[in-house]
Amino acid sequence: MSNLLSLITFIPLVAAVILSLLARGDSQPAQQNIKYLALAATVFTFIASLMLLFGFDAGDTGFQFVEEHSWLLGMQYKMGVDGISILFVMLTTFTMPLVIAASWNVNHRLKEYMIAFLVLETLMIGVFCALDLVLFYMFFEAGLIPMFLIIGIWGGKARIYASFKFFLYTFLGSVLMLVAMVAMFADAGTTDMVVLLTHNFGSETLGVFGFQILGGAQTLMWIAFFASFAVKMPMWPVHTWLPDAHVQAPAAGSVVLAAILLKMGGYGFLRFSLPMFPVASDLLAPLVFWMSAIAIVYTSLVALAQQDMKKLIAYSSVAHMGYVTMGIFAANQQGVDGAIFQMISHGFISGALFLCVGVIYDRMHTRDIEAYGGLVNRMPSYALIFLFFTMANVGLPGTSGFVGEFLTLVGIFQVNTWVALFAASGVILSAAYALWLYRRVVMGDLIKESLKSITDMGRREKMIFAPLVVMTLLLGVYPALILDIIGPSVAALVETYHSNVAAHGIMSTAASTASH
Amino acid sequence: MVASDFWTVLPEVLLSLYAMLALVVFVYSGKDKHAALSIWLTSGVFLLLAAIIGLSNAPETVSFNGMFVEDNFARFAKVVILLSAAIVLVMGQDYASKRDMLKFEYPLLVALSVVGMMVMVSAGSLLTLYMGLELQSLALYVIAAFRRDSARSTEAGLKYFVLGALSSGLLLYGSSLVYGFAGTVEFAGIMQATQGDGLSIGLLLGLVFVISGMAFKVSAAPFHMWAPDVYEGAPTSVTAFFATAPKMAAMGLFARVVHDAFGGVIGDWQQVIAVLSLISMFLGAVAAIGQRDIKRLMAYSSIAHMGFALMGLASGTTFGVQAMLIYMAIYVTMNIGMFAFILSMEREGQPVSDIAALNMYSKQEPLKALCVGALMFSMAGVPPLVGFFGKFYVLRAAYDANMAWLAVAGVVASVIGAFYYIRIVYFMYFGEASEPLDANLPRRLHIILVVSAALMIAGTFFSLFGIETLAQIAAASLAN
Repeated sequence: MSNLLSLITFIPLVAAVILSLLARGDSQPAQQNIKYLALAATVFTFIASLMLLFGFDAGDTGFQFVEEHSWLLGMQYKMGVDGISILFVMLTTFTMPLVIAASWNVNHRLKEYMIAFLVLETLMIGVFCALDLVLFYMFFEAGLIPMFLIIGIWGGKARIYASFKFFLYTFLGSVLMLVAMVAMFADAGTTDMVVLLTHNFGSETLGVFGFQILGGAQTLMWIAFFASFAVKMPMWPVHTWLPDAHVQAPAAGSVVLAAILLKMGGYGFLRFSLPMFPVASDLLAPLVFWMSAIAIVYTSLVALAQQDMKKLIAYSSVAHMGYVTMGIFAANQQGVDGAIFQMISHGFISGALFLCVGVIYDRMHTRDIEAYGGLVNRMPSYALIFLFFTMANVGLPGTSGFVGEFLTLVGIFQVNTWVALFAASGVILSAAYALWLYRRVVMGDLIKESLKSITDMGRREKMIFAPLVVMTLLLGVYPALILDIIGPSVAALVETYHSNVAAHGIMSTAASTASH
Repeated sequence: MVASDFWTVLPEVLLSLYAMLALVVFVYSGKDKHAALSIWLTSGVFLLLAAIIGLSNAPETVSFNGMFVEDNFARFAKVVILLSAAIVLVMGQDYASKRDMLKFEYPLLVALSVVGMMVMVSAGSLLTLYMGLELQSLALYVIAAFRRDSARSTEAGLKYFVLGALSSGLLLYGSSLVYGFAGTVEFAGIMQATQGDGLSIGLLLGLVFVISGMAFKVSAAPFHMWAPDVYEGAPTSVTAFFATAPKMAAMGLFARVVHDAFGGVIGDWQQVIAVLSLISMFLGAVAAIGQRDIKRLMAYSSIAHMGFALMGLASGTTFGVQAMLIYMAIYVTMNIGMFAFILSMEREGQPVSDIAALNMYSKQEPLKALCVGALMFSMAGVPPLVGFFGKFYVLRAAYDANMAWLAVAGVVASVIGAFYYIRIVYFMYFGEASEPLDANLPRRLHIILVVSAALMIAGTFFSLFGIETLAQIAAASLAN
């Protein structure tokens, strides 16, 4: 099928339109219908995306399933996937049915809720498939609208503050990217990303307002893109919107945020920063390394001090994203492989952890760690699942968390030993906060009155976790499942990157002359 | 010769004749009894003229010895002006009749101001420019004060008149300097006089005065002071008109003067317009944050939007003019929709303009809230709504003209501005429930709101309905 990607992208949107036109009434059956339609749409999208995965040829490092139609001002509607993006599409389509299933108890404005999530799914898939700059920007930016509404309408007490902070923070980041895109458009004369990937953007030193900018235009564009992706990722020190957004968002919103939206930043680095601005990436990689190392250590320490479970997991997400940025800019096979692996695996693990919080939040309506303790006595299966994902979050060998962390550390070790040293300490710190959280919530005696009647997970809840457990284990013991798909594309990316840096780079030429 | 000249200005002549004739007829046939008819009739005439101008394939002509230019640029602007004026007139009818200000003169005054606007965008000399501008302004001063028994409305009218007269004075003084130093008032002649080694100091001074006068008309900062007061004070149906057609006309005039008359000396006005654009964008974004009154808020929003449109103009290229035209067409469409909504904001029959009145509007009227939300995100420039493309085009124009700094400043301002747009969404979707607004909104306003919002969404999928090409053809006919 030649338009499979568009099909996958727009099924959820079509379902959302159907919902908005046809679904009405607050009666029980009407609400059920809304939920089942949303679930069916996401499951169908997932099945369609499986066809994509089976039809994908991992050996081909170019773009596949490409569709192209002309649009405004020489822009195109162009979609396609390669080894780097296809797994993010899969992650999105895999996660969304679980998200819908986890929202089964929502009854406040259910129709709008489902519409918001379905629209969001379309936009997220679109981000990973778009092969035109402006199209990418549209999907990337439009995702803010449904997420803003999800946090604002279905969020917690301080939802207004969190939603505004989320919107304005990310908006500020991405408009700078827009200017850089305009600059790229003007420079290369096209918005086709496939062409842009082979275009050499100027890297001669520029003088701007009396400052000498090494790497010239590339550096400026790199910084503009960085502003956007670093906020989205989020990297220290622009991560502060994330804990607020996570805490206030409804459980399903947190899952989407952690599992998919954060990955857009990493995907952006891989799709734009690294291949399109190799000289600037090479020049500024040390900055990213140290920001990542600080993120890993600092946010892990901050996580230790949290009282709110969701906030703790949010900070742990920031720390884990530190490995990703570090791995990407290490720019070697292990580093980039590891970064992608880490993003996918973090999608499963952090999504599951937020769902774990959601399970007890649904029962007790608090996320305060203090309010819990000794849950193992009444919720044995919950304790087991929570333990599994806590361990995966720590990076226990055998779970997917380990592979990603290990590969990124191997990658960075070849480039910068000191950063690797600091980053590795994060492994210990993450064990500290994750296990301590587990001890305080699950272990011990059940002494709190309010918890005495708490019930274990129901069948629906177990069903939601089952696929996540399977994926986490499977990828942990057989990482080739992912690495085989991304490997060739990553190898091509790394090779082009290094040849470009060697041809135009500043640092590497200086370094190589110094070593002679 | 003269006969063919008259054929060129036929639409303007017809509209003036219509206005005068209708005035006489209505006076002798029962005055305000036929006010509604007068509105529909005028609106119909506007649509008819828009169709005649829009569909004509007459060649571009210059008539009256270069005083009047009928080219594709003028046609594009005229169609936008006529269509928006027609819709806005019809929109205001219910509002006016409820407040006992449904008078037959109102649509006729609007018709006269539209004649002025059509002359403005076709101006080929400084005198035509001034004539059109004054005809437009005088009619606007009167309709701003149209609610004679309201102190605010009369205050708005007076303020607008005094400041407007000042700006006309500036413009006229500038014109006289230009005439004195160039020896001609015709744009083509000025173009020739400015060829060679830069502007003489007198011409430069004249140019700056002319630009100031026009900046006042488009309410670009720092000549914006009148806008919030006039927007707030004037009856809402009149404010809706102020925010649409006159803005297009003034921007058209602006482009006409800087390109047709001073197109040879871009460097001399580029910086001036860039600074106007910069100040407008930031002032519009920052000053609106504190506003609770939706009409004042829209005034600041329009100042910010004019800043963006000027960004296109500041680039000094044909593409910049194209970007400006696209921006204005989108801006006018969004504002028509938004004002259709504002006109319908009533509680127990009284107009409300406090934005807190929108609390939980989405519960009460889901479809309308969705439409207003779409318009707000579009104004903030969030894709995939069409407002984003307006911004994208002007950013591109500014960047191509080596004004990356202006583009960066513009996007930063748009983030600040996004705050107050999404605050309206916040009130509608997550506010505290409060006393609801009246639900008996006239169907007409409802339809206009929905259509405007639908265009903002559908435009993305249908390549902006071909506006891009039309604007390109229009921009190409300006000299330079």
